[in-house]
Amino acid sequence: MELLSNTAVLLGKELRTEFRSRELLTTTVVFVLLIFMLFSITFHPTTSESQQFGPGLLWVAFLFAASLMLQPCFLREQTNDTLSALRLSVGDPFAIFFAKLTANTFFLLLMELLMLPFFAGFFNVHILSVLPQLFLVLFLGSLGIAIPGTAFSAISAQARMRELMLPLLLLPVLTPILIATTDVTAGLLGAEPSLNFAGLGIMIGFDVVFLTALWLFGEYLLEE
Amino acid sequence: MVKSIFKATILFVLIAVTAYLAFYYAPIEKSMGVIQKIFYLHIASAFSAFVAFGICFYANLRYVFTRRPKSDWLGVSAAEVGLAFISVVLITGPIWAHPVWGIYWTWDARLTLTFVLGLLYVSYLLLRSMIEEPDKRALLSALFGIFAFLDVPLVYFSIRWWRTQHPQPVILGGPGSGLEPRMRISYLLMWGALTGLLILLLNARYKLEALRASVEQLRREAEVR
Repeated sequence: MELLSNTAVLLGKELRTEFRSRELLTTTVVFVLLIFMLFSITFHPTTSESQQFGPGLLWVAFLFAASLMLQPCFLREQTNDTLSALRLSVGDPFAIFFAKLTANTFFLLLMELLMLPFFAGFFNVHILSVLPQLFLVLFLGSLGIAIPGTAFSAISAQARMRELMLPLLLLPVLTPILIATTDVTAGLLGAEPSLNFAGLGIMIGFDVVFLTALWLFGEYLLEE
Repeated sequence: MVKSIFKATILFVLIAVTAYLAFYYAPIEKSMGVIQKIFYLHIASAFSAFVAFGICFYANLRYVFTRRPKSDWLGVSAAEVGLAFISVVLITGPIWAHPVWGIYWTWDARLTLTFVLGLLYVSYLLLRSMIEEPDKRALLSALFGIFAFLDVPLVYFSIRWWRTQHPQPVILGGPGSGLEPRMRISYLLMWGALTGLLILLLNARYKLEALRASVEQLRREAEVR
């Protein structure tokens, strides 16, 4: 119970910090729009090609945007020297991770939902009929990015070249989630939309494994 | 020093004998021809690499719970040696694939897994080089190593579900698999030789890391005075 109430307070703090400046959302939204444009310029896709490569493009864009978005998560605490205070304020350090990863999942999901209409418009993809299923994929995918992302953000914040380190640590680990989300999204956006349960299973498995690992090892990540 | 030169010489002779057996004693494979000989090195190296990464994971876990620098030394040694073996796998694979498949590389399940595995441990070593403070470096890299190792089965299952082109296991596979006896002997010897090489390299690298740590220690003491 204490974990949940602590998490709620910390989550409130994360959301307030972001919605005061809206830095993360505005920068990542612009970044994803840029990737959409660069893809169209460099590949000149026809309508059928953009439908074929769309899911991959969508998730690569989200993945890169996420590796930017997760950057300040612990770096902000580091530069403001608030990490020790944060650690002292809660009993279980997992509450810090739980709050941060919930906030990150929420921001990612919000950014993704904002970008979906643009994606559908730019690449002639029909998303309205599969919107609930797509939301499920986006949620599980964002959670899968946010869990190791939050953990590695705590690691990279303590290293040199931290801006380069986070994508380097994060992207290879996210291979399974990228494979699963892209494939399931492709199934939903294809000519005969269908939900691939094996892919969903991989996403859920990934989320569970890394959430458990974070719960077990999270406290060591914040040691001084 | 003399002892390790002696051990290295024995191992060199063993590898040379095994290579001779693989080329001249084991028969030439029917469908692939002489290019199949590279398997002796390819598979044994892959095995050594996986063993090394397993050792790295064990050392990482041990470091997190015991905080003994020795576990950290073992972790970095195993990761580096594992990377050396996985490089052999990633080089010999395409050499075999080009004449047999007609292409150097394909993003098939096991190939992608090996590639991702290599990248994960490159990241592990890069991370270590980016943290100055020894205790912090040991702890954070051990934690990343644990996360990375947990990722391996997930990568494997996701890619296997995605696509598979790699030849199915012949040695411990299902019915219909199996090796000609002379081939089996050559494989087993190569396995033994490369496991020996793994132990030798691991031992040498571990000693080097221990020396580095004591140099660091001495330097600090000198600075304090």
